Amino acid sequence: MVGGAVMKESKQYKVFKVFNVSILLVIVFCTLYPFLNVIAQSFSSESYINAGKVTLFPRGFNIDTYKTIASDNMFWINYKNTVVYTVVGTAISMFLTTIFAYALSKKRLAGRKFLTVFAVFTMFFNGGLVPNYVLINSLGFGNTIWAIVIPGAISIYNMLIMKSFFENMPEELEEAASIDGLNTYGILLKIVLPLSKAVIATMILFYAVGHWNSWFPAFLYLDQKELFPVTIYLRNLIAGVSGATAAGATSADNLTQISANIKSVTMVLTILPILTIYPFVQKYFVSGVMLGSVK
Amino acid sequence: MAEIKVETAGKSNVVLKKSKLAMTGSIIKRDWQLYSLLVLPIIYLIIFKYGPMFGNIIAFRRFMPGGKIYGESWVGLHYFRMFINDPTFWNVFKNTLLLGGLTLIICFPMPIIFALLLNEIKAKKFKKFVQTASYLPHFLSIVIVAGMILQLTAVNGTINSIVEFFTGEKIAFIQQAEWFRTIYITSEIWQTMGWGAILYLAALTTIDESLYEAAKMDGANRWKQTLHITIPGILPTIVVLLILNIGSFMSVGFEKILLLYNPLTYETSDVISTYLYRVGLESSNFSYATAIGLFESIIGLILVLSANGISRKLTERSLW
Repeated sequence: MVGGAVMKESKQYKVFKVFNVSILLVIVFCTLYPFLNVIAQSFSSESYINAGKVTLFPRGFNIDTYKTIASDNMFWINYKNTVVYTVVGTAISMFLTTIFAYALSKKRLAGRKFLTVFAVFTMFFNGGLVPNYVLINSLGFGNTIWAIVIPGAISIYNMLIMKSFFENMPEELEEAASIDGLNTYGILLKIVLPLSKAVIATMILFYAVGHWNSWFPAFLYLDQKELFPVTIYLRNLIAGVSGATAAGATSADNLTQISANIKSVTMVLTILPILTIYPFVQKYFVSGVMLGSVK
Repeated sequence: MAEIKVETAGKSNVVLKKSKLAMTGSIIKRDWQLYSLLVLPIIYLIIFKYGPMFGNIIAFRRFMPGGKIYGESWVGLHYFRMFINDPTFWNVFKNTLLLGGLTLIICFPMPIIFALLLNEIKAKKFKKFVQTASYLPHFLSIVIVAGMILQLTAVNGTINSIVEFFTGEKIAFIQQAEWFRTIYITSEIWQTMGWGAILYLAALTTIDESLYEAAKMDGANRWKQTLHITIPGILPTIVVLLILNIGSFMSVGFEKILLLYNPLTYETSDVISTYLYRVGLESSNFSYATAIGLFESIIGLILVLSANGISRKLTERSLW
């Protein structure tokens, strides 16, 4: 950077810099455009949308569609399910991942290497769709929350991130604690976890976003509308499952086509929580990815 | 003599075993609390990860839905012969290779280029803004991504407004097989480019600034510096991510395709995973679909192992 000030920049490099800033601005615009378009459509009237006239800003501004969705009971039941699945799923995932990572992070643990390979192998070879389906159903998980929160409970990738974080903790801390009479559980709860707030926050976010966005397990294992997460509600709108939702039924006379603004409103309401927390928690995600790369 | 030797050998073996047992015993005594933490995760792995792996046995057995979880009777390679003679299978195999290959060739380098462009930006706030915006798609549910794609490519969507402006006609993108790959790859870039750049950006900050100074003294311009310092500096990161990408080569975005494809576009959009989903779970040919799935997983495993091996030989960098 110092050198840059001393040396004169070449003409080509100046041209490149202008080009570079423009291309990055184009990238940002293209990245954000789908979001802006969905938001604009959610506030627009259907006739403008169908005429293809809604791009960045709402046309025929109204909030009728929001009212329609807000008065749809099934939407709120499904939304609540998503919250429940996210909270329960994240809690289970955090518990299992933390104890697994902590135990494996101890170098004195006999069999540590074997157990790590045992876990990592599952990242590169999995049983496949049908055997998983057979298993989950034979366990009686169909149409229960367990089909959603248990099968993917431990992400080995997340476990490895936590493990390498624990490995980097100074061992003297724990030695001192064990001299003070704390057992393994006590050390984990009272010494290690309070010092791991950053990695815990990151892991919670990773899992929570994963659960919030998940749809496929629900699609496979749930067939009662009252159990659906909101992603399935949205999926059925997109797939045009007519009459499958109350929103489709209340909105229009033509049941075959669910109107574009209903889809848009549902999308906006589903992304909203993520968009709201995103600016504040973004740095935790980034640091999580960095931690993962240390391994 | 010989007998005695054997005897003593046997004795020392016993002693060895005993001391080993004693050691294991004392280790467990010392660390039993640590091991107790492992119980639940190991049970989880055995049931939910290794269970389905052994569940693949139904690829070799006749399976009745609602019957025994490991099938009824052996049929050998029957189901494997079946898919080898199934023309649909070879079509979805080709589609999988094409989509996987295109993803690797087009989507994989994008984050690298993006990181290199960002690296030339000195204004911190602008850089931060571009990064923050580019990460956003990564946090969306695939259902939302599909919804956005369908909305943009719809007949009354934005892309058709532009197409109509230039050509006077509209295209029903999502119903035409020849457009599927373009839609898939473009949206894949949109989803992964920003987030994928994080590790490269991190690697870029670790490059020694004095290398650039020296290159400048030698009269190398920024392009030459990029070629000879920057890119070699992030090469290890590129290699590791390339291995990971090759490993997941066969598992092209199953959920996205499932949400975007329709019978009109099967010709280009149907891949192994979506085909086995339809055959297995929609038509209940469990064993047949399992055979296809096992074939896919084994290819995936071979791919990641060989990519890792080759990279270890060539660059001395590998995942393990």
